[in-house]
Amino acid sequence: MTDTDVEQGGTIPLEPPAASRERAPQQSISERPRFDCRNAYVETLAELAHENHRIVGVVNDSVGSSKLDAFKRAFPDRLINVGIAEQDMVGVAAGLANGGRIAFVSAASCFLTARALEQIKADVAYSNRNVKLCGMSPGMAYGELGPTHHSIEDIAWLRAIDNITIVVPADPIETAAAMRWAAEIEGPVFIRVSRMSVPEVYPADYTFVPGKAVTLRDGDDVTLISNGTVLWRALVAAEQLEDEGISARVISMPTVKPLDSEAVLQAAQETRGIVTAEEATAAGALGGAVAETVVQNHPVKIKILGVPEFAPTGSAGFLLDRYGMSPSGIAEAARALIR
Amino acid sequence: MTALAPEHVTMPVFHRLPHVHRDEQIAYIAEAARQIRIQDLKLVHYAGAGHIGGDLSAIDILATLYGAVLNVSPETVDDPERDRFILSKGHIAGGLYTTLAAFGFLPVDELATFLKPLSRLNGHPNRNYVRGIEANTGPLGHGLPIAVGHALSAKLDVSRRRTYVLVGDGELQEGSNWEAMMAASHYELDRLTVIADRNRLQQGATVRETNDLEPLDQKATAFGFAAVEVNGHDHGELLDVLSSVPFRPGKPTFVIAHTHKGHPISFMSNNAAWHHKVPSAEQLELALDELTAVDRSGGAA
Repeated sequence: MTDTDVEQGGTIPLEPPAASRERAPQQSISERPRFDCRNAYVETLAELAHENHRIVGVVNDSVGSSKLDAFKRAFPDRLINVGIAEQDMVGVAAGLANGGRIAFVSAASCFLTARALEQIKADVAYSNRNVKLCGMSPGMAYGELGPTHHSIEDIAWLRAIDNITIVVPADPIETAAAMRWAAEIEGPVFIRVSRMSVPEVYPADYTFVPGKAVTLRDGDDVTLISNGTVLWRALVAAEQLEDEGISARVISMPTVKPLDSEAVLQAAQETRGIVTAEEATAAGALGGAVAETVVQNHPVKIKILGVPEFAPTGSAGFLLDRYGMSPSGIAEAARALIR
Repeated sequence: MTALAPEHVTMPVFHRLPHVHRDEQIAYIAEAARQIRIQDLKLVHYAGAGHIGGDLSAIDILATLYGAVLNVSPETVDDPERDRFILSKGHIAGGLYTTLAAFGFLPVDELATFLKPLSRLNGHPNRNYVRGIEANTGPLGHGLPIAVGHALSAKLDVSRRRTYVLVGDGELQEGSNWEAMMAASHYELDRLTVIADRNRLQQGATVRETNDLEPLDQKATAFGFAAVEVNGHDHGELLDVLSSVPFRPGKPTFVIAHTHKGHPISFMSNNAAWHHKVPSAEQLELALDELTAVDRSGGAA
């Protein structure tokens, strides 16, 4: 099976997430079923809305693309659709928060974070409003639609804004857990909700702890730090490296900001180098955050895998492979780093 | 030039009047507005910065809102059922701080820290520092969407609390306002009032020369608002209009408040140069003389 086969998963059925579903413990991650995290998103949002009347959805015509049709039927008054107007959407969410509501803004990440960046900065982060910004179909999920619809920059530009937590969940379980946490705390949160299907990497009882890394695999030769849609690829890369006798630590970093610098520095001290891999710009996202921490505290070799340019035409999987984030690409980066 | 100091803070504190006769209420608002202007001119002069033209344009609106319209007081500033006032033209923070201090939301003495290092009184308002501020504004075109969001929350709560937002006329060149106005009428937010401070001047020129807004009333009507025009320096007209919303059930209200930047100081009024010019000591004295000469019972004529 080639890496591209692994990614596209054409013959692998997409199933709704089921917390109780059995999973063979030894099954390789690449062979597990794949899930669209938007399903976990809408199920969790509906649960939260049932539990807490303060929760409302806010969308920019993105009912269908956010899979919110059922939510709209269940809570017709609590899904505010401002139409194709992202600046208004985020301002309205801040105003709803002023009135005591908890607004889950649900819109394609490219338009949410680019078109409404100043509203995110001033109305949400600087005003410290209880708004949850959910960037749907982020990264290169809209692959062939091209860079206008890619949201690879979202992490980098939101990282530059004070007072907003940035979460990049890796699977449906983490997506749901991050949303539950976001609904409970008061304050601005950005959550990426992946469209490109991913296997489950966490156990069903996983608890999301903001600002905390999760060591999914221990190792002492090299460290792979990843999140989102690339995390499972890093886990497969670690399996490949293990076959060659290279012990790779795999750290899941769902919270890009605030970064778990302790886990990063421990990896810097205990392994010979760090590879970061993510579906985001190679400048200023998770890789940038890790590099900033490492270079100022305990310099070691780092390889940042990300998207370095406006991507050419291709599916998200094809493009991740192209930018060295197939499992074997990540493994090769690790090998090269410690060679 | 002398730096801003406690001795430059001279404004008395006003309190919301209990229900009294309209004439008495108007005289009270007029005196509050006059005192706010005197204090604000001193702040801008001694701090050496501020947006005095826009402050003076809007102070009658601010004084009317806080003096007699808004259902909010220093005691109810955290009450979820309070009326909301959102200052979208955040650059007139000096005017807002002075008004908030005049009505007891902020210690009057603290005005002496305006724009000083580490002061809570930044050049643009910050709700996390100053009670009574509803949104951190400054970049233009932000307040109206926020007001629409709050009005939506009130509607979801089946609450009678009202939402007022003050926008500059030049600010209406920002497209986000029109996005928000479409949503406001679509959602029939008739307890939302947009007040446009229609002083016809923006930073360096007239609005008409820059990117004309006219016909503003027709635009507001076309966007589903009930449009009303008032003299934005006439406290009686302002009081009547702002207390009477909604004018049309199911429709938000758009109040075009005709004002003059720099009002009522003779050499500042309707003069774009005073957008953020700082009055000299001599100009301050002239301006204060003019304000002191105003008949206290006759309003800021």
